[in-house]
Amino acid sequence: MTDVPILSVKDLQKSFGAVTAAKDINVDIPAGQVVGVIGANGAGKTTFVNMVTGYLKPSGGTIRFRGRDITGIAPRLAVHQGLTRSFQVSQVFMTLSVRQNLLSALALARRKGGALLRPIAGPELLAECDAIMARYGLTDVAEHEASALSQGSRKLLDIAMAVVSGPRMLLLDEPTSGVAAEEKFAIMDTVMSALKASGTTVLFIEHDMEIVERYVDRVLAFFSGEVICDAPPARALIDPKVRELVIGDTRAPTAPTAATGQAEAAYA
Amino acid sequence: MLHAILSDKTVRLTALALLALAAAGLMLPAWVVNNMMFGLARGAAVLGLLVLWRTGLMSFGHGLYFGLGAYAVALSEHWLGLSDFALRILAAILVAVVAGFALGFILRRYRDIFFAMLSLAFSMVLYGILVKTEALGSTDGFSVSQTTFLGWAPEGKQVLFTAIITVCLALAVLVQMYLRSTLGRLTTAIRDNEIRVEYLGYSVARAIHIKYVISAALAGGAGGMMAMALGQVDPDSMVYWTVSGELVFITIMAGPGSVLAPFIGAIIFEFLRTYAFEIAPHAWQLIVGGTLLLIIFFLPGGIWSLLERIPFFRRLRHD
Ligand SMILES: Nc1ncnc2c1ncn2[C@@H]1O[C@H](COP(=O)(O)OP(=O)(O)OP(=O)(O)O)[C@@H](O)[C@H]1O
Ligand SMILES: [Mg+2]
Repeated sequence: MTDVPILSVKDLQKSFGAVTAAKDINVDIPAGQVVGVIGANGAGKTTFVNMVTGYLKPSGGTIRFRGRDITGIAPRLAVHQGLTRSFQVSQVFMTLSVRQNLLSALALARRKGGALLRPIAGPELLAECDAIMARYGLTDVAEHEASALSQGSRKLLDIAMAVVSGPRMLLLDEPTSGVAAEEKFAIMDTVMSALKASGTTVLFIEHDMEIVERYVDRVLAFFSGEVICDAPPARALIDPKVRELVIGDTRAPTAPTAATGQAEAAYA
Repeated sequence: MLHAILSDKTVRLTALALLALAAAGLMLPAWVVNNMMFGLARGAAVLGLLVLWRTGLMSFGHGLYFGLGAYAVALSEHWLGLSDFALRILAAILVAVVAGFALGFILRRYRDIFFAMLSLAFSMVLYGILVKTEALGSTDGFSVSQTTFLGWAPEGKQVLFTAIITVCLALAVLVQMYLRSTLGRLTTAIRDNEIRVEYLGYSVARAIHIKYVISAALAGGAGGMMAMALGQVDPDSMVYWTVSGELVFITIMAGPGSVLAPFIGAIIFEFLRTYAFEIAPHAWQLIVGGTLLLIIFFLPGGIWSLLERIPFFRRLRHD
């Protein structure tokens, strides 16, 4: 790991009228780390992701990515820098099939020179598309329209589309929300192994503490627009403030893995 | 590239249809040939609206570019003495492209009804300027002299008809190639989800700007062809909002299914209007309007969707 963090956020602020959605957020994330962001509804998690990826302009503070100031740049320019995201509500092309969705994404990601004016489906793109569908378990639904997919498959498609640009860092906004409990780990296994293989730095927002515990190196706990805890999961998930304000459980933890079993409470 | 063009079934079909039309032109009476020229010219502008419509956008003001193209032909003759077909077409397209490119910077920021109405507002401004300016022909406009071909001034309208067919074929092929390209395929994607397109690293505003300029170029070329076919330009028949309205009308009547549809729709429209006028000189709009209502109710995909009941035409869509 290099000394310069891949993402460095300083004094980030955002308010919507009277609501403070981000207050003095300071975070450095080294390349290759997997970071879990937790926090109750309305804590400012999505706002943070929105600002980092250019969807929202911060009211104050700076965001540096790979040493460059990217504060307030357009999302597509952030993508060109190697920073992209998935969405809390899947953002896919609803009337296109899974294959067409991925082909569109691939064609846009691989465009160089006149590529935009060539027919969309060259043999290399088709092969790459097949490989991605296999990696993300989408082969069986390749010809299904995105609007007809299950929540889980749609989330996977959303993430796969974000990944085709070959990002150095990927921010996932609730990759497992709305997904049946028994599907969650399968989805996370698929996504995390694909991202590990490519060495992508990952930050994901998650309400399910079992998933946080299983996959992350580090937890950022948000409350009212502030980061109230920044620690490895073993410590963060037993921190009294986190348990009270994020997980919503004031009982003393009995073991370092106390968060296990609290998933339902935390998800509510 | 050439192979991709020649192997495209829609291109082949369009070429065949237009060649047949050119051959038929040799035998048909003059008024039929005239009507077909008007239809083909208007069809090219409708093709421009189809490019926008595929992305979920509509312009109620493409009479702006239609008129600019027509006036480019009239004024290039008036000021520079141009009468050559190719130069007239180029002038018409060029003027429309420049205007479309400039206005595109404003249009690309709007969607839906605002996008549709903004072009209309600009076309009304142009109409106002033309009507008020003596040097631009005012309400009378200009007459357009016979079109020449590399110095040759042929008898009758057959040659002009064939030339217009050739231009329409070229435009249809170009648009078909565009629609098959990555940029062209972004249509549904943009209509479905602009945020996602941005997060794939592409500017939706730029994509829409390009589409807008393409549609302006087509409408400009169309206006140029109309000026030559009609031999006359004036604000009411080239720029007024009813001109824009007719283009939208034909677009919906034809349907977005194919690059051939706008030409079929526009030719049918021309004859529908002629016959309606003959049957009911004071109520022809009633017949034309009623036809559109029937199409909207029973053929939401337009006239083209009727053809798509035949498997051959249906397959073209996935070609
Ligand atoms: N565009 C906006 N305009 C006004 N207020 C907003 C906007 N976006 C977010 N907010 C407010 O900012 C606060 C933080 O919202 P945010 O969406 O970041 O929460 P979150 O932590 O992602 O919550 P959830 O778990 O429900 O997704 C909330 O009070 C929300 O109402
Ligand atoms: Mg959120």
